[in-house]
Amino acid sequence: MSEWTLFEVFIRSKHGLNHKHVGSVHATDAEMAIENARDLYTRRNEGVSIWVVPSAAITATASDEKEPLFDPAEDKVYRHASFYELPDEVGHM
Amino acid sequence: MYAQQVETGVKAVKSLAEMGPEERAFQEKIDAEIKIEAKNWMPDNYRKTLIRQISQHAHSEIVGMLPEGNWVTRAPTLKRKLQLMAKIQDEAGHGLYLYSAMETLGADRDEEIEKLHSGRAKYSSIFNYPTLNWADMGAVGWLVDGAAIVNQVVLQRTSYGPYSRAMIRICKEESFHQRQGYEILLHMMRHGTQAQKDMVQDAINRLWWPSLMMFGPSDAESPNSAQSMAWKIKRHTNDELRQRFIDQTVPQLEILGCTAPDPDLKWNEERGHYDFGEIQWEEFYEVLKGNGPCNRERLETRRNAIQDGAWVREAAVAHANKKQKQQAAA
Repeated sequence: MSEWTLFEVFIRSKHGLNHKHVGSVHATDAEMAIENARDLYTRRNEGVSIWVVPSAAITATASDEKEPLFDPAEDKVYRHASFYELPDEVGHM
Repeated sequence: MYAQQVETGVKAVKSLAEMGPEERAFQEKIDAEIKIEAKNWMPDNYRKTLIRQISQHAHSEIVGMLPEGNWVTRAPTLKRKLQLMAKIQDEAGHGLYLYSAMETLGADRDEEIEKLHSGRAKYSSIFNYPTLNWADMGAVGWLVDGAAIVNQVVLQRTSYGPYSRAMIRICKEESFHQRQGYEILLHMMRHGTQAQKDMVQDAINRLWWPSLMMFGPSDAESPNSAQSMAWKIKRHTNDELRQRFIDQTVPQLEILGCTAPDPDLKWNEERGHYDFGEIQWEEFYEVLKGNGPCNRERLETRRNAIQDGAWVREAAVAHANKKQKQQAAA
């Protein structure tokens, strides 16, 4: 079965929410991947929509890229609302 | 436990000072309860131990379908049959979640399944016992799934991310299994004939000790425990989990109005736990070695399933190829 394609499965659990990665399935093609994903990941109404993507088609960040990619965001506290102090009389903003 | 006696390939647990920089950074992450993900650096033995443990766990789910499959055509009512089929389908699903988690470590599913079929990989000793009467379906759900839950609840916090996430998903579904099993027994005890009540007690008598063995050998006999605990692959020792299982199960046993086949089982006020008799470990090791009542039959069933299904897999590939050609031509 490992010769079959590995697909990553994404499920939208409710209308209005994002599709979220839930796991993977093996299948001969995308149609079978959808059927397998339905049997495996939505036995108890966990989804209203399924995406399947061949795992090989996903480009991911490497773990050693973590610092150069994500550290620059760390010292930019002024991007958060809590950075700006306003007097109490302004109320909720 | 669904994975018993998992080799770590490590003789002694290293201290932080004895580790190289990569391994130290890895261990510090584990100590800080940060999950390890597939692409992170990990010691070779951590990877191999996880592949062994997760594949053993997955194999247990898959082989675990067989004792229950025995009762699909024999279930007493349509309701019970539907419940049983839903439970068996869940077990297949649990096996697949776990194989997926295992594959993130670079293991090949076919290779690992081949190891199971050739007898080189283990699965839980419990599934080598036969399911002889309908009450066994209740006792399996209550005791076997109950023991699995005790083990799996703590594995939700295991250090490897994909394994932990598979466990969370599995635990959500597992409590249905235990409740349906217990309800089968309770129904027989409250509404059954004397013969049916005797069946319940008979099932408990046969499955009680094998269920306690599911947690694996006692701590003193578990040479791999220390390393697996340091890596947080395991979160509690075999004896701790076994005690937890007994403590929560005995009151349920009393509600059923049944007894355990253990004259030494009694509440110890001082310890705040139940004391229990000695487990016959020779039996456990024999079953693990392949000499349980059903070992040969289970593996033969698995091998036949793979062989007899070969044409279905080939046809699926041929169908997919044909469709692809038709789409390309259109």
